[in-house]
Amino acid sequence: MVLQSVWFILWSLLWAVYFILDGFDLGIGAMLPCLARNEDERRIMYNAAGPFWDGNEVWLISAGGVTFAAFPKVYATMFSALYAPLLMLLFALIFRAVSFEFRGKVEGENWRKAWDVVHFISNLVPAILLGVAFANLFMGIPVQPDANGFYLYHGNLLKLLNPYGLAGGLFFLAFFMMHGCLWLAFKSEGELKDRAITRANQLWIIVLVLLVVFLALTFVFTDLFQNYFKMPALFLIPVVALVGLLGVKAMLSKGKVFTAWVCSAVFCVAVTFFGTLGMFPRMIISSMNGVEALGAFNASSSQGTLTIMLIVALIFVPIVLVYQFLVYKTFSFKITKEYLDDKVAHAY
Amino acid sequence: MDVVVLSRLQFAVAVFFHFIFVPLTLGLSVFIAIMESIYVKTGNEIWKKHAKFWGKLFLINFTLGVVTGITLEFQFGTNWSRYSEFVGDIFGSLLAIEATTSFFLESTFLAVWHFGWKKVGKKMHLASAWLVAIASNLSALWIIQANGFMQNPRGYEIIAGRAELSNFLEVISNPYAWGMYGHTVLSAWLLSAFFIMGVSAWHLLKNSNVDFFKASFRKFAPITLISVCLVVLMGHTQGQNVAKLQPAKLAAMESHWETDSNVAFPLIVIPDAENERNSVEALKIPGVMSFLATNDFNAEVKGLKDFAPEDRPSPAIVTAVFWGFRIMVFLGCLFGLVALISCFQIKADMPNKLLLKVLNICVPLPYITIALGWLVAEMGRQPWIVYGLMRTSDGASQVPGGNVLVSLIAFIVVYSVLGVIDIYLLYKYSHKGPDAE
Repeated sequence: MVLQSVWFILWSLLWAVYFILDGFDLGIGAMLPCLARNEDERRIMYNAAGPFWDGNEVWLISAGGVTFAAFPKVYATMFSALYAPLLMLLFALIFRAVSFEFRGKVEGENWRKAWDVVHFISNLVPAILLGVAFANLFMGIPVQPDANGFYLYHGNLLKLLNPYGLAGGLFFLAFFMMHGCLWLAFKSEGELKDRAITRANQLWIIVLVLLVVFLALTFVFTDLFQNYFKMPALFLIPVVALVGLLGVKAMLSKGKVFTAWVCSAVFCVAVTFFGTLGMFPRMIISSMNGVEALGAFNASSSQGTLTIMLIVALIFVPIVLVYQFLVYKTFSFKITKEYLDDKVAHAY
Repeated sequence: MDVVVLSRLQFAVAVFFHFIFVPLTLGLSVFIAIMESIYVKTGNEIWKKHAKFWGKLFLINFTLGVVTGITLEFQFGTNWSRYSEFVGDIFGSLLAIEATTSFFLESTFLAVWHFGWKKVGKKMHLASAWLVAIASNLSALWIIQANGFMQNPRGYEIIAGRAELSNFLEVISNPYAWGMYGHTVLSAWLLSAFFIMGVSAWHLLKNSNVDFFKASFRKFAPITLISVCLVVLMGHTQGQNVAKLQPAKLAAMESHWETDSNVAFPLIVIPDAENERNSVEALKIPGVMSFLATNDFNAEVKGLKDFAPEDRPSPAIVTAVFWGFRIMVFLGCLFGLVALISCFQIKADMPNKLLLKVLNICVPLPYITIALGWLVAEMGRQPWIVYGLMRTSDGASQVPGGNVLVSLIAFIVVYSVLGVIDIYLLYKYSHKGPDAE
């Protein structure tokens, strides 16, 4: 029980870290047409994510890998049930990666413009899909075990695009965009920075509104609050989220963009945990009558596997965090015109 | 079409496409680290230039390797969910360990290498090159350990209908996996060495950057030869592993039908798998098949007929595996010959023109050879998804066939487009030479 709970928390944490890190670079990409006004500004936006996006995406691989390793039945059910959205996410991530790499490799405005369109869409789509997917997981999806105990999905893609799912998608998108604007403001200067701050302020209001809407809909459409009523101390988590979000505004008005980004990250962690702890110990809730949910206690791997994985995680995840932190520090400088023009810098 | 067939096709497309990009990553990462080491140690700028030139090609190639790898991790869940439920305890944990120990390291330090020429010191930059090289080759180890469990499952217990971990050390000391790892990684180095030789040859033929590419020709001719020898050696070892652990696969590779001892090796064979025989078997060398499989001329080698038809590869697969194996071995011998001749040309003021042309033509051949090797390994495992434990037909997800058909078509279209662009860029930048921007 303890080991499975620990893995449930680690699983939530991996998703939270993924949303913080890939959240900002997806957000920057999705803001590309709304922020950049010329080629230099576009390149600054690409390079604000430049050395980070690939390492950030590995957190998604790890979250997927940990679902597979620690909760195989959840992984099998979740991935086969969400077949269509996951493949769309996958194709978007493929296009996003190559848009970074290919855009600058051929001379010509049309070539770059085409990749800018690809880049925008391929950053926008994952942001929305992740929100839609998680909202549906909170609400429950139509799965039912067959005679052999394999959970089969009885819905389709359109069923995932219900009001609650869409609210989740918009909420994620708005948050990622705000989070991305904050990072861009930190990595740029001058006009682009000012514009990023203006957009961040506008998006902040949208995020706040969508947060309220999403929480209200969560109360209506899901039973996530039950865990909170059972253990009121947990209400601290949404409080932290709110404090984080208010912190973003406060720091923005003081002009401290990096601190605002950190507040935004705190908000992200709290929102993720608000959702997963509301589900706990369930990971796949069935929306069909009388079907048992799959979760930490009935769909986990063996104690042996969980133990070995925990040892690996306790050794390597801190190491990863340390070297990723150092790399972030190394590349925390402002992206300037001089940087873009410097051949030795090998900017995108 | 049936969802199992579609899922298999989709996985085949995804995995073969992924492995177009992986071998160059595995080999070139090590070679670039070596080049940069020479530069840092001797201060010779030409090797810095080499590291940068090959590094640019490495980056173009790397991106597609990464994103097509994510596809595979997703596919176990989307298309092979029953398999995933059955083996998740062991297979899933190996994939998760790969991500935490290797993939993070590779992706993070590749960024330091790519963007860090001015931002970090010389030594730190070199360390990043080595970390990328080590991490990518370590990553391959975990993935092949996972594949090893499909080929020769061990260290498990069947509890409540799934394979649960009983002994982790037994899982990761799988002789099949280690043999396969050696063979795979070395062949990736071979491919990368041939890539470097081929690009160098192209420039030498055009008289472009002669000193620069002569340096790489001279340095890599012996590396090419050494890697061919090691690949063959490891291939032989792995063949013996297969003989012991997967006798039906070995019999398919040799199109060997009747169990016998002191088995001859026919140089020329044309299988007639439908009728469970070979229509042509000529130039037999006595005892050699027994020897190749076991190091003993008199040993028994099991024939395909010894396995129930439902437990061994189907006739079509036997034919594919047989030809895949033969052509792979043939191409391997060809590489040995080309590498040997190249070594004799190291001292020449300008290597022989014909040799340079051959080297240039050779660039795609190791790609084909490696794909054939995987064809032998994976199709030869059929009809099992986990050898002897779970049939491929029992592993697929029960998702609507239409979904898989759509995604299969999407994969083929998207991968073709991206593959063409990527190969075009590799072609373009490899021909531009080291001074181009």
